[in-house]
Amino acid sequence: MTILTFTLILLAGAYLAGLLGSLTGLGGGVVVIPLLTLVFHVDIRYAIGAALLASIATSSGAASAYVKEGITNIRLGMFLEIATTIGAVMGALIAVYTPTNTIAMLFGGILIFSAAMTLRKKNEVALTQGSRLSELLKLNSDYPVNGKKVAYKLRNVAGGFSLMTVAGVVSGLLGIGSGALKVLAMDTTMKIPFKVSTTTSNFMIGVTAAASAVVYLQRGYMDPGIAFPVILGVLGGAFTGSKLLTRMNPKVLRIIFCIAITFVAIEMIYNGYQHKF
Amino acid sequence: MKKIFSKHYWADKDVEQLVGQMLITGVITASLVVLIGGIVYLTQHGQGGVPDYRVFKGEGAGYTTFSGIFKGVLKLSTTEIIQLGVLVLIATPILRVACSLFAFILERDKLYIFITLIVLCVILFSIFGGIKG
Repeated sequence: MTILTFTLILLAGAYLAGLLGSLTGLGGGVVVIPLLTLVFHVDIRYAIGAALLASIATSSGAASAYVKEGITNIRLGMFLEIATTIGAVMGALIAVYTPTNTIAMLFGGILIFSAAMTLRKKNEVALTQGSRLSELLKLNSDYPVNGKKVAYKLRNVAGGFSLMTVAGVVSGLLGIGSGALKVLAMDTTMKIPFKVSTTTSNFMIGVTAAASAVVYLQRGYMDPGIAFPVILGVLGGAFTGSKLLTRMNPKVLRIIFCIAITFVAIEMIYNGYQHKF
Repeated sequence: MKKIFSKHYWADKDVEQLVGQMLITGVITASLVVLIGGIVYLTQHGQGGVPDYRVFKGEGAGYTTFSGIFKGVLKLSTTEIIQLGVLVLIATPILRVACSLFAFILERDKLYIFITLIVLCVILFSIFGGIKG
């Protein structure tokens, strides 16, 4: 295969990965890893490098729109980024001592969990009574719903912060945004309305991924020949996905994709178990 | 000019606009650099065989250090131009944090100046802390 054909096929694959990540809400990076390892037989370390770049690109692109609309809670994001960046650096450190097959199996597990999370019932209730710590840290805020501002408060800040550290470790170890874990921390633990939690999680993914990306770049995980089609393809796919989402409700699609993703995840786990990575 | 440094000029809304603009500019710049480098890379090496990505060798200093990447860019080497785009992409969210720091300083929000500084320190540690292993 020539570099030209490889690049074009990878570009098309990355486009589909970006589209799928956007429609399911899983994020741009997650689908890139199975695409590169299972389809292109690329070493999982190069795949992790490329996935981190895809996560940064799609999260920053999408975050810019949400931030301008005033949905993202910037203070909450910044506070929780302490947890996710420290976690990400720890994850990147642990990765050196983790066999690639173990990483592949862990990735499969997280993928199944993330797919299940996108199908769960979402929290739309805004709390009126927040915890003391949430007042102290100025984390309570409001967000626009149909043009009106709705105030919300949050609780269990310590619990959310600890879960965010775990999300950071997973992100640094596997090279993904781990948006599902972030949403779990905010949505389920801190009781934040899901529109705020998903956009704030997306806002944080860029910084979290960057914290471990600088380590992986220096470790030589980022190959220009792979980075080039993956960044452009995933961004294009995510952009198409966001345009499609405003016009349709992909509920059925989401379920189909999540089942498909689960099979991919099982194959990752199986291959990891068979020491194929 | 004085207005820019006054506290009330920067309401939360403006900060949000600024942060949003920053993020999108970074992503577009990075994509353009990657695209230009990538197209020239294909015209030069497109007919060559694909390197064996099944085996992890790791990239050399030319792709993994600031000085290596910049040296390559000055020689107009296409792969280093792609890596420059990669650097711009990684720098985008980090600059966003720096941008928020600036905003919190103008708002005189001591708590969040402190919180943002911690995040920046963690990232700087991961860049310069020699933890690549």
